[in-house]
Amino acid sequence: MTSDASLLKFSLRLADNLFVLSHRLSELTSSNPTLEEDIAVANISLDLLGQARHVYSYCGETLENKNKSEDDYAYLRDEREFYNVKLVEQPNTDFAYVMARQLFFDTFQILFYESLIKSPNKDLSSIAEKGLKEIKYHYRHSSNWVIRLGDGTEESHQRMQEAVDELFTYTGELFSTDEVEVDLIKQGVIEDPNSFKSLWEKRVQEVLKEATIKTPSKETFMAFGGKNGVHTEYLGKILAEMQCLHRAFPGAEW
Amino acid sequence: MTFNLLNLTNTKPEKQIVSLLQEVKDPEIPVLNVLDMGIVSAVRVTKEDLVEIDIIPTYSGCPAMKEIKDDIFKKVSPIFKNLTIKLVTSPPWTTDRISKEGLQKLKDYGIAPPLGKDQGEFSYMDIKIACPRCESKNTVLQSAFGSTACKSMHKCHDCLEPFEHFKCHI
Repeated sequence: MTSDASLLKFSLRLADNLFVLSHRLSELTSSNPTLEEDIAVANISLDLLGQARHVYSYCGETLENKNKSEDDYAYLRDEREFYNVKLVEQPNTDFAYVMARQLFFDTFQILFYESLIKSPNKDLSSIAEKGLKEIKYHYRHSSNWVIRLGDGTEESHQRMQEAVDELFTYTGELFSTDEVEVDLIKQGVIEDPNSFKSLWEKRVQEVLKEATIKTPSKETFMAFGGKNGVHTEYLGKILAEMQCLHRAFPGAEW
Repeated sequence: MTFNLLNLTNTKPEKQIVSLLQEVKDPEIPVLNVLDMGIVSAVRVTKEDLVEIDIIPTYSGCPAMKEIKDDIFKKVSPIFKNLTIKLVTSPPWTTDRISKEGLQKLKDYGIAPPLGKDQGEFSYMDIKIACPRCESKNTVLQSAFGSTACKSMHKCHDCLEPFEHFKCHI
């Protein structure tokens, strides 16, 4: 793989994570448990969308020589061309699932951005620097909710335990590396995400402990494939809803 | 640290551009202009009278950036026809880019200005923000997220009015 191809795929993996998760959160607008939560989740979704857009813009303008626009990436790629991890496409089963998914992602993204800030690639490091400020607020929000629901009523505790148990299988992929990462690590563009894996485990475990939730075993089967375009059944449905209007009326403008 | 573009721009065209930018208001908070907000990160005028203006988003997903870009274009391009406005991601916007006048304007408008860097990033969640209307510190945080990405929601127990607070971004 050429180094340009590695950089593009790495960037798309990042952008697609942000974009798909942003979309999943936006699906909840007007149906979150309280009015304040509706505003909070919409704001978090918007932050992620903004970060995604900056990365898509970098991909289109710089990496693909102005040959692609943000809309091209968002609306004209099929399922197998999306490189997000499987975690972010999981459904909004209930609020416990939404917050557990967010906890796993936010804890990872803080460490990921703190690492990416050190990159000599100025475009990615500046997006990471800006994004980190926002992700820290998200983490505070999701960890507080996991604790409140985990250490809540019998029902909220049960739902949170179920959510954590079911989503944990998708957390391994956050740290998976293949020739893309190996290439970029060799060039000194990024650090190995496994260098902060144990810190991620420690932080997640601390939150779950305070939430009186059992941390799933390290032997849990981990699902992979999203980073190479092999997704769960959910991404296809997300894209169908997200892309249909743009594809039905190509070139349409406000 | 406040960013005073007037210190950096000594030439006539740049001074003219700066005074034009002072007339471009933030679409969400119309009492502030884009210079008060520290959204303009650079103004460059080349020998051929090409003008480049860099703007940075307050939050990654700020939906007002397109409108701000268009408004700057509408204000500056009639006089400086060769104008490029670029949305850049570096330097990252922080609340200490808001000018002193900007902070006062926020308060007068009814938005509690951001706390200083020295008080830490999440201090608004732990300490009581002074009500911008009655100055009371008998206030409570209602939500860390407000009507826009940059604000949190609070309520004053003394004058009973709700208010928003511009979140500190360091």
